[in-house]
Amino acid sequence: MLDAEFFRRWLAAVAVSVDREADRLTELDSAIGDADHGSNLKRGFTAVAAVLEKEPPATPGAVLMLAGRQLVSTVGGASGPLYGTLLRRTGKALGDDAEVTPGQLAEALRTGVAAVAQLGGAKAGDKTMLDALEPAVAALGDSTESFAAAREAAEQGASDTVPLQARKGRASYLGERSIGHQDPGATSSALLLAALADTAEGAA
Amino acid sequence: MGDGKTVGIVLVSHSREVATAVAEMAKALAGGGATAQVAPAGGTPDGGLGTSSELITAAAEEVDAGAGVAVLVDLGSAVLTVKALLAEGDELPTGTRLVDAPFVEGAVAAVVTASAGGDLDAVEAAAAEAYGYRKQ
Repeated sequence: MLDAEFFRRWLAAVAVSVDREADRLTELDSAIGDADHGSNLKRGFTAVAAVLEKEPPATPGAVLMLAGRQLVSTVGGASGPLYGTLLRRTGKALGDDAEVTPGQLAEALRTGVAAVAQLGGAKAGDKTMLDALEPAVAALGDSTESFAAAREAAEQGASDTVPLQARKGRASYLGERSIGHQDPGATSSALLLAALADTAEGAA
Repeated sequence: MGDGKTVGIVLVSHSREVATAVAEMAKALAGGGATAQVAPAGGTPDGGLGTSSELITAAAEEVDAGAGVAVLVDLGSAVLTVKALLAEGDELPTGTRLVDAPFVEGAVAAVVTASAGGDLDAVEAAAAEAYGYRKQ
């Protein structure tokens, strides 16, 4: 079972990994975006980690909803409302339970990913974060061991965005010139899933 | 509107200067009398390029007179942030609506219509109509 403490550790691990990878994310974003993905997410997840430490919510759902809200208000770029929606909808789907099963988290994340797709009007293959998130949530099952499979699927999904042509966001203006670059959003989504698997393995 | 309340307009751009200038232009073009409340929400709070949910909610509260608030946006994160705030349910005043319209032309149409006493549906329709105005 996963409690609020597990979810706080997960998001703290995301903050650490986004901080570590911020330059790489910004470098990827400078190729096809506006070169702020790393700094925006770093600001957002640093704020998330701080608020979760200061006012730790009691349930997994509340942890994710507070984190999502914080992202929307601090990021300043499109990744704020997108990741904010992912976490908030996932948190809402988890409800008020003090502990959730891995299977419940998998189901809730699927709801969150669907909400992201709806908000951005994107689908798999558009060279967005969904290219990492969709295979990841498809790989999630009802055990924490499945988190490792989701991590692999997200990383593969992010690598698989390299040959794609962007059809959403600022990168879409580049047309064919967006081909050959890994999508920064899919890359940060892979970090989110990697932090989940690491946290479940106690490595974070 | 018989009750004298006018629809408020919020203009969300990635740039503080763009939002402010479009607000001023729309008010000037709507002139000839009292104009509707218009508030720009441009850039980040520190003046950088981007979208700030804080500035958007503050602007919406500022222009809300109870007749609804029409929010016009430029692109990318401005669109997504307003949609996410609306989805939240309690972040923006009741009767706040994201209006699908070209930013500059839509802003002028929205402010003129709101200033003339049009309700939120009329403001939205006028702003959206700006998409149909071809330039060639």
